[in-house]
Amino acid sequence: MQIMCLAVPGKIISIDNSDPELKMAKVKFGEITKDICIQWVKDVTEGDYIIAHIGTALSKLDEADAKATLDALNEIGGFEAY
Amino acid sequence: MKHIDEYRDKTLVDNLIRKIESEVSRPWTIMEICGGQTHAIMKYNLLDLLPREITMVHGPGCPVCVTPIELIEKALILSRRENTILASFGDMLRVPGSTTDLLSTKALGGNVQMVYSPLDAVQLAIDHPHMQVVFFAVGFETTAPAVALAVSQANIRKIDNFSILVAHVLVPPAIQALLSAPQNRIDGFLAAGHVCTVMGYEQYIPIAEKYKTPMVVTGFEPVDILFGIQKTVHMLESGVVGVENAYPRSVKKEGNLPAQALLKEIFEIGDRNWRGIGPIPGSGYHLREKYRRFNADLLFDLQGIEAEEPAICIAGEILTGNKKPFECSAFGTLCKPEKPLGAPMVSSEGACAAYFKYSITEKN
Ligand code: SF4
Repeated sequence: MQIMCLAVPGKIISIDNSDPELKMAKVKFGEITKDICIQWVKDVTEGDYIIAHIGTALSKLDEADAKATLDALNEIGGFEAY
Repeated sequence: MKHIDEYRDKTLVDNLIRKIESEVSRPWTIMEICGGQTHAIMKYNLLDLLPREITMVHGPGCPVCVTPIELIEKALILSRRENTILASFGDMLRVPGSTTDLLSTKALGGNVQMVYSPLDAVQLAIDHPHMQVVFFAVGFETTAPAVALAVSQANIRKIDNFSILVAHVLVPPAIQALLSAPQNRIDGFLAAGHVCTVMGYEQYIPIAEKYKTPMVVTGFEPVDILFGIQKTVHMLESGVVGVENAYPRSVKKEGNLPAQALLKEIFEIGDRNWRGIGPIPGSGYHLREKYRRFNADLLFDLQGIEAEEPAICIAGEILTGNKKPFECSAFGTLCKPEKPLGAPMVSSEGACAAYFKYSITEKN
C-alpha cells in the first residue's frame, strides 16, 4: 500500500502473454504472490527476479552485476578494493 | 529471500563501515534524496555506525511529504463529490490538508478507495460504470510509469469514467534547486536507485559537474546504502566529480526505455509546487493536451483551489536538509505520527516520522 520508491525484488512464477499490450506475470515476493505487469522488462522467463513497484516491473535483476557487486563488497573486507 | 538477504549481511556492513572510517579525513555532508533510504538508514541504525565526520541529511524524496496541500484539498473535494470514487495509495489517506484528511472524510461517508496499483483504479472504473473514478496520481519517476500505463490502458479500452489528479514530481530539478540554494551545505548525493532504474542516470552527470558534487546511484538495503556512502566518500576524498552506480543489478545508464517512451507520450514537463518547499520550475509531470479527457483538474473544475500550511511546521527546512526534525518545536509534542501536523510526520519515509519512530532526538 505504499508509494515510496521502495520497489521490491520478486521471483517470476508464471507468465501470461494473452494480452500483447499488457504482458502480466505472477510474481512471488517472499510469501505473497501478486499479478505484476512485465510489459517493460525484456527477455524474462520463469525463475527470473524483477524489481516491481505498484504493480509494474521496472527492471530485471542482472545476476552478473549482482555477483560483481557482491564480489567487490567481499573484497572490501580485505581492504583490497580500489 | 534472494537479492535481499545478501544486502543485510552484518559482516559486509562492518567491512563497509571500516572502509569508510579508513578513507574519511574531514567532515562531509551527504544527502540521500529518497525517503525509502531515509527510512532504511533509521531502521538499521546506520547513523550510529557511521564515523562522526559523516553527516547524513535527508532529502525531499518522500512523495507523501511533497504533494502540495492544494492537491490534498482537491482530493478531499473529490472524495465528497457525488457519484465519484477517489482511488488512492493507502499512505496518502492520513496526510493533513488544511482542516482534515482523506481517512476522516472516508469515515464520514466520503468515497475513498485504497488501491495497490493504478491499474486497479482502472478496473474500479470498469466495475463501476456509473461512477467517476479519479486516481490520485502522486509520486516520483518511479511511480509515474505505472500511472502512464493506466492512462494508456483507459485510453485503449475507451473507458470514459476514469481520470487522474496529477501530482507527479521529478527528482533532477529538485536536486538542482537544492544545490543552487545559497545555504546549501551538501557535499555529495545518494541518487535514488529506483528513480534511476526508470530514468537512467545520464541526466545527473551535467548536474554533478556543474555543482562539482559527486552522486552515487544507490539501492535500499543497508549494505547498498553503505556502499553508496562509501563510494561517495571515496569520490569526495579523492576530488572526483561525476556519477557512479552502486546499484548496477537494477540500474542501467540509459534506464528503462519503454517506460520512458510511455511517460513521454502521456505527460509533459511543467512547473510544480512542492509542499513545504514551494514552486520548482520544470519539476512536475502534467497530462498532455491530447489526454485532457483524463485530467480531473479540468473535468471537475478544480483549478484555483488553494490551501495554507500550519505556520508552526518547518517541513520545508526539513525537506531541504537545513534542519533536523528534532529542531522543530512541534516535533513529538504537538506533532506525532497519530496526529501529524505536517506531511513528513505521516509516512514512514518522512524524515519526521522516521526520527520519531526510532527516537532520534539529537545528533548521533
Ligand atoms: S515535526 Fe511535524 S510540524 Fe515539525 S516539521 Fe515535522 S511534520 Fe512539520
